Amino acid sequence: MLRQVFALIVKELLAVLRDPKSRMVLVGPPLIQLMVFGYAATYDLNHVPIAIENRDASEASRDLVARFVGSPTFRLVATLKSGERINSLIDSRTAAMVLVIDPRFTRDLLLHEPAPVQVIVDGRNSNTALLIEGYANTILSDFSLSWAAEHGEPPPAAVLDIRARYNPTLSSRWFIVPGIVALLTQVVTLLVVGLSVARERETGTFDQLLVTPMRQIDILLGKGLPGLLIGTLEASVIVAAAVLWFDIPLRGGLFPLYLGLLLFVTAVTGIGLMISSLAVTQQQALLGAFLFMVPSIILSGFATPIANMPPLIQDFTLLNPMRYFLIVVRSVFLEGAGVGALLPQYWPMALIGAMSLAAAGWLFRKRVT
Amino acid sequence: MKAARLRRLGGLLRKELLQIWRDPSALAIAFALPALLLIIFGYGVSLDATNVPLALVVQHPDGLTASFTSQFSHSPFFRPRRFLTIQGAETAMAARKVEGIIWLQSDFTRRAESDGNAPIGVIVNGVDANDARIIEGYVQQVWANWLTARAAVDGKGAALPLAAQPQVRFNASVSSRDYLVPGLIAVIMTLTGALLTALVIAREWERGTLEALMVTRVTVSEILLAKLVPYFLLGMGGMAASVLLAVFLFGVPLHGSVLVLTGASALFMLAALGMGLVISGFARNQFVAGQIAIITTFLPAFILSGFVFDISSMPAAVQIITHIVAARYFVAILQSVFLAGDVWPVVVPNALALAVMAAIFLGVARATARKRLD
Repeated sequence: MLRQVFALIVKELLAVLRDPKSRMVLVGPPLIQLMVFGYAATYDLNHVPIAIENRDASEASRDLVARFVGSPTFRLVATLKSGERINSLIDSRTAAMVLVIDPRFTRDLLLHEPAPVQVIVDGRNSNTALLIEGYANTILSDFSLSWAAEHGEPPPAAVLDIRARYNPTLSSRWFIVPGIVALLTQVVTLLVVGLSVARERETGTFDQLLVTPMRQIDILLGKGLPGLLIGTLEASVIVAAAVLWFDIPLRGGLFPLYLGLLLFVTAVTGIGLMISSLAVTQQQALLGAFLFMVPSIILSGFATPIANMPPLIQDFTLLNPMRYFLIVVRSVFLEGAGVGALLPQYWPMALIGAMSLAAAGWLFRKRVT
Repeated sequence: MKAARLRRLGGLLRKELLQIWRDPSALAIAFALPALLLIIFGYGVSLDATNVPLALVVQHPDGLTASFTSQFSHSPFFRPRRFLTIQGAETAMAARKVEGIIWLQSDFTRRAESDGNAPIGVIVNGVDANDARIIEGYVQQVWANWLTARAAVDGKGAALPLAAQPQVRFNASVSSRDYLVPGLIAVIMTLTGALLTALVIAREWERGTLEALMVTRVTVSEILLAKLVPYFLLGMGGMAASVLLAVFLFGVPLHGSVLVLTGASALFMLAALGMGLVISGFARNQFVAGQIAIITTFLPAFILSGFVFDISSMPAAVQIITHIVAARYFVAILQSVFLAGDVWPVVVPNALALAVMAAIFLGVARATARKRLD
């Protein structure tokens, strides 16, 4: 029995890896994507183009301007003389923010009146707009505090002491790169498994497989294990690159990570086999794989938090194995979580895996009658 | 001569249309897929955090601490929970029950009323760095407002010497849906365009029906044109459905003109279909065509188009790569046309880039198709 399963696994691996183009799409693109996306997918703002209109030629206002120009977050693209161009700069996206310092700036500072500073932000990308406001506010309040201290003003009653746990510099790469581990593992596994049954069904060899002495469970193993193997290998390479290349701290152990990985790849394999055995043609299988993959990535918490979704869609994401695995990778990498803390993520993946594999096995038989 | 050519083209077009009509999967890809995806994503994708669970640890509650913490209770942004000890709050944060902690130590009021600079401890869970930054920004505003209110109303302590007056143009409510939905249209249409052509033509290769076509008198250009026209129309139909959903279901304002939107969509559709033709000409089997379509269309359109991740913040080398992603130009046009209007300095260069990409992809498709015939 074992020999037969092994032979089927070898046959499946050969079917995927023999063709040089298929081999290439499994190895090259995921690595290139890891590199490109690892650098591209960031919410951190750098070199945001800004324009400044300083209507108050004084030392204090020049000091404020210098704080903006000196910040790595901002890049000065224009210094304005009059309000005319503000709209066109923002409209054409030449500047994402315009800082306008009022002519009364120094006078109000000295009179202890709140000195007005306008911060005009392009809201087309609302997330960037909020972040720009946040960065600008930090600079403005730093200026306030140091101006008050230099001019012998009483200090404010309270000051903020902000700390971030697990990711002290709040680098979004630490959030995104572990997410890419989950993303690419799912894409590769689904592609390997998703077409395996449909391809044989289209050419008619699947019926031959069903009439061999192999049991349903052997065929399931023979079809599923190659995906598991390739998916796990691919994930290991990406994890290694995340640690060695992107310097993401791997604070937890490999055991909780690989336990999660194994359960995740099993669940994705089960779903892939289910799609594949539901489809009559390869085109349907591909379409099915797409229809599962795209929502599962967008609704996984990879780029936008699940907590922000409406309750109905949040319930819907409970069916998505990637949702659980994303928490596992991020917790193991950044928080050093152990198996105990991750149990609530493990069992749903195990359940999805068991259910989808059982359904796939059942569909194998169903389709031949 | 010319009449014969037209007749051949007409025959081919009829064949393609019949094929689409009789195989519902192309219709499903063109209409059902974009509509379904847009509805799920339009509701599901949001960067607006609301009801963020926040731990409040006030070790010595009194009127002063209440005036600070009440601002969190009244905000739709936070859902505060009180904890008696900082250890309890830290445990809740480790278990992901709260996203952040506000910590006022027992000597807060004494220090605030004597020499000032009383520390307000703010601890955020940095794993989701974006959420953490937004929480930080919000807490900063709360703090500044509190200082100002205390100075103005109670006449106690000093307000911050600066008064920031933020103004947001184009999307005053700073709702992420208004900019994500136009971006989603671009992502979804990239997928649809490439899938339509890549899969459908790879299937003809695999079944050998394309070779049968090539031994007839029709030219390669005629075959390609006959493939392009029906799928272009299908894609534009899907596009129109998406725009209608965006405006009427999601209430995204459409400030620009329908004409500019249609023109830009047409250029983008040509580029996306051209790319699909190139992929299918190269791949010749559905497995490889499907993989390449996923790898080169959906993921780059999702990550490199500026749809969620800001392009100007990417490293220079990656910014160069984004220039070969057609969705990048379309996202820029869509976001402006929807939220700002027909802003020509944005529309013209991006439309030109789309035209160039469409020309390149269609040209490559044409050139590689000829080689296969020899």
